[in-house]
Amino acid sequence: MSQSILKKIQHEWHGSFKSYLIGFILSLLLTGLSFYAATQANLVHPNRTSILIALGICQAIAQLIFFLHVGQDGKSGYWNSLSLFFTILILIVIVVGSLWIMSDLNMRMMPDMSIPHTTTEKPL
Amino acid sequence: MDKVEKGHSNTQLDLLHEETFTRTVFGFWLYLMTDCLLFGTLFCTYGVLYNQTAGGPSSNELFSLKLVFTETMILLLSSFSCGMALLAMLKFQKAKIIGWLMTTFVLGAAFLFLEITEFKDLIHDGHGPDRSAFLSSYFTLVGTHGLHVFFGLLWLTVMIWQVITFGVNIETFRRLVLFNMFWHLLDLVWIFIFTFVYLIGVN
Amino acid sequence: MFGRLTLNAFLHDFVQTQAVVGMVVGAIALVIGLTYFKLWKTLWNDWITTVDHKRIGIMYIVVVVIMFLKGFTDAMMIRLQQMLSVGDSQGFLDAAHFQEVFSAHGTTMIFFVGMGSVFGLMNLIIPLQIGARDVAFPFINALGFWLFASGALLSLISLAVGRFSGAGWLAYPPLSSLQYSPGEGVDYWIWIVQIAGIGSTIGGINFLVTILKMRCPGMTLMRMPIFVWSCLCAVILIVLAFPILTATLAMLSLDRTIGTHFFTVDGGGNYMMYINLIWAWGHPEVYILILPMFGVFSEIVPTFSEKRLFGYASMVWALLFITFISFVVWLHHFFTMGASPYVNAFFGIATMVIAIPTGVKIFNWLFTKFRGRVHFTSPMLWFFAFLLNFTVAGMTGMLLSVPPVDFQVHNSLFLIAHFHGMVIGGVLFGFFAAFTYWFPKFTGFYLDERLNWYAFWCWLSGFLLAFMPLYMLGFMGATRRLDHYEAETGWQFLFIVVFIGAIILFCGAIIQFAGLFWSIYNRKKNWDHTNGDPWNGRTLEWSIPSPPPIYNFATIPTVNSRDPLWEIKHGGSPPAKKEYEDIYLPINTSMGCFIGLFSLFFGFAMTWQMWWLAIISFVAIIVTLIIRLSSADKHKLITAEVVKKMESDQIRSQKSYG
Repeated sequence: MSQSILKKIQHEWHGSFKSYLIGFILSLLLTGLSFYAATQANLVHPNRTSILIALGICQAIAQLIFFLHVGQDGKSGYWNSLSLFFTILILIVIVVGSLWIMSDLNMRMMPDMSIPHTTTEKPL
Repeated sequence: MDKVEKGHSNTQLDLLHEETFTRTVFGFWLYLMTDCLLFGTLFCTYGVLYNQTAGGPSSNELFSLKLVFTETMILLLSSFSCGMALLAMLKFQKAKIIGWLMTTFVLGAAFLFLEITEFKDLIHDGHGPDRSAFLSSYFTLVGTHGLHVFFGLLWLTVMIWQVITFGVNIETFRRLVLFNMFWHLLDLVWIFIFTFVYLIGVN
Repeated sequence: MFGRLTLNAFLHDFVQTQAVVGMVVGAIALVIGLTYFKLWKTLWNDWITTVDHKRIGIMYIVVVVIMFLKGFTDAMMIRLQQMLSVGDSQGFLDAAHFQEVFSAHGTTMIFFVGMGSVFGLMNLIIPLQIGARDVAFPFINALGFWLFASGALLSLISLAVGRFSGAGWLAYPPLSSLQYSPGEGVDYWIWIVQIAGIGSTIGGINFLVTILKMRCPGMTLMRMPIFVWSCLCAVILIVLAFPILTATLAMLSLDRTIGTHFFTVDGGGNYMMYINLIWAWGHPEVYILILPMFGVFSEIVPTFSEKRLFGYASMVWALLFITFISFVVWLHHFFTMGASPYVNAFFGIATMVIAIPTGVKIFNWLFTKFRGRVHFTSPMLWFFAFLLNFTVAGMTGMLLSVPPVDFQVHNSLFLIAHFHGMVIGGVLFGFFAAFTYWFPKFTGFYLDERLNWYAFWCWLSGFLLAFMPLYMLGFMGATRRLDHYEAETGWQFLFIVVFIGAIILFCGAIIQFAGLFWSIYNRKKNWDHTNGDPWNGRTLEWSIPSPPPIYNFATIPTVNSRDPLWEIKHGGSPPAKKEYEDIYLPINTSMGCFIGLFSLFFGFAMTWQMWWLAIISFVAIIVTLIIRLSSADKHKLITAEVVKKMESDQIRSQKSYG
């Protein structure tokens, strides 16, 4: 037993030194850029926020690919990617939906608690 | 390890071990998806409550980018060292595995130490989680991540012991793969924390 | 030492004391019975330490029956109170107790009867229908059950020690906040639901992996029975929705223990956020309850129409569509909280849209029966009961999905009638159908059909009598959760009618309960002589003996179509080859039960703020998990020769009975 099946199992894990190195360097770069952008006084919201979010998403994708090996070929890769996709979809629905609902409710039911800047429509 | 009956072949057990690996890795991935939803709910709550400071301080007054940058670097390095440990497992280099795992532990503990210090100082200055809804959601979101790191360190300790005692076998390899996934997810969540809570919060 | 627990917590009023005495007497009787029949060893070896999905499924059903007794008693108390408490009379429950009764009723029925039925059925049926010998994670499966049982036990303890929550089955703040509910009640509720919820989450992960990774050769996704498809969609919902509940309850708990301000009235708290989050979980939850039951009917209708399911592909797409859309409708539970017409309209339209795939499924079942040979067996009767009641309730749901209508009837008895129609008409009748359908598979004998018929008529007529008047009462202005009303409203007559309906339902439940024992007593008369296929079934679970051997399938089948057993029986597929191989099965473990026990202590300790006990029990959970997850994979071996012998023994014993 053991050694041959262990070696076979080990081949099902898709890590390599190259992927970790690339992921690490990319993350370093993107983190550095994010912190740099955050300290720039002439960058203000909403531009600053958008850039920070974009950089964050890029780094998340990099880590998903190079650290967590998402998108690899193989029988396991398909279901991993599909479940991740669906999770992200539902996350977006819940988070965006909740923020929309709560900002709407705050504006109409608790005016002093409204999140500023998001809406300019008059309360109905 | 399962004993194999005399006269019975290994292939059934081998197949079982292979299937266990595939299923366990996928099942753990699904658990990580539930953790994403958990953090998502906390992020969502933070997004709703971040400006409810109840007359107290808001994010731009409380957060130190230097501290957060240090924490981020530490966690990123620990993610890298964790991957190195698993690569060493492929080569059956026991000493290297333990070395990388211990490195990961030290880095993770350092991260936690800095975070606890940050929390302690905030509470000491009267900006604890009970001060305002903003602080409640901040402490809970970042604190839940820290709690995950804590349990990760506990798991890591057990893994170090397992590798020392049992070496590299099917179970320890499988469990280290799972630990790797867990630890990388924590770094992933941290990306969103430092982006949304700290970088955007520091006006 | 005892936190905020005092001797006072053990003192209750007359009615509650009766319940506690009844529970304690029942527990003592159980202990005496187990001792007298020398069953402790069997209980430990065959049930408490089992990781066999079939046994775990049966244990789920046992807990469901016990909790159904509790929830039904709560319901009778509500009906009785509302019939009596008019004008000068205050009924027999004071206001505070009434609130605890309806809170307990909802919590018990949804989290324990509903979720228990779903997990019980999934455990019993899924591996058999996909041609598997076990689930993906037998230990996790067992652990999920013990956490579920732990939550159930904690809720029974809440009846005896202290008081339960009076804040409804969802504990809305600010009522559930520390300021307005300072006692142990809401904390009981939080930990009961939290512990059971974690059990559900890990159970859901287990079945998701089982269905995706353990189907027998040839069973592609589009060849799976629709029951398995519906469970797949239900567990997707579980895995994605329950973490929202976990996080939200944790935040409520933090508010109540360390003084955070998530949902408080002061400090910037926003209790509307709780309602938003709890329903973001809550709506997928009701689909988790109903989808498997849709699956049950998708098995029963073709079998008892001797015709394959109409529109298989559209059934699958309907399920997937429902799964996704169920995450986009949750605001319809709080149209009246004050959101703008844009928000309300969006969610109202989404709610109407989700009714469409359900309609597709109903028509598919009807088209299946068209030109089929319909057998009016008990499972089919329950399908008709479902068809009438669920569809009517669904239509009232369409009414409710229109925000201006909802503004009139939100939180009235109209709403209560609607969701009980869905839950009783859909979930409960679906469970009854499944129980009567698959009972012979796990026992080897039939339930008494005549008693089933009586029970069916009681449930159908009782339900109509007990819930149709509630629609009228809702329109007449009766709100939910009323413990008293004025005589001038003119409502009492309808409340009396409704109570009579409840009595008839009670009769139905008694007939079912007695019928179970009667069937066991008469099992030789009702023995299944068909070698495991009493209903001339279409799917794989009917191809193995009743009750199934521990390894389910001696030979893993290979399928090449839908309804694989039907194809084998009618020459479309070759019969399974009898080639026996060695079988490895997981070994028993007591760790699931122990972790459940420690969780019970943890929940109790957190409720009563016995922090030392909370810490100790939490550490015990972690230590047990570490021990379990550090031990080597162990299996027990059943050699091919033993399998062959077990198979021939089974056939012999089936022929010899009766």
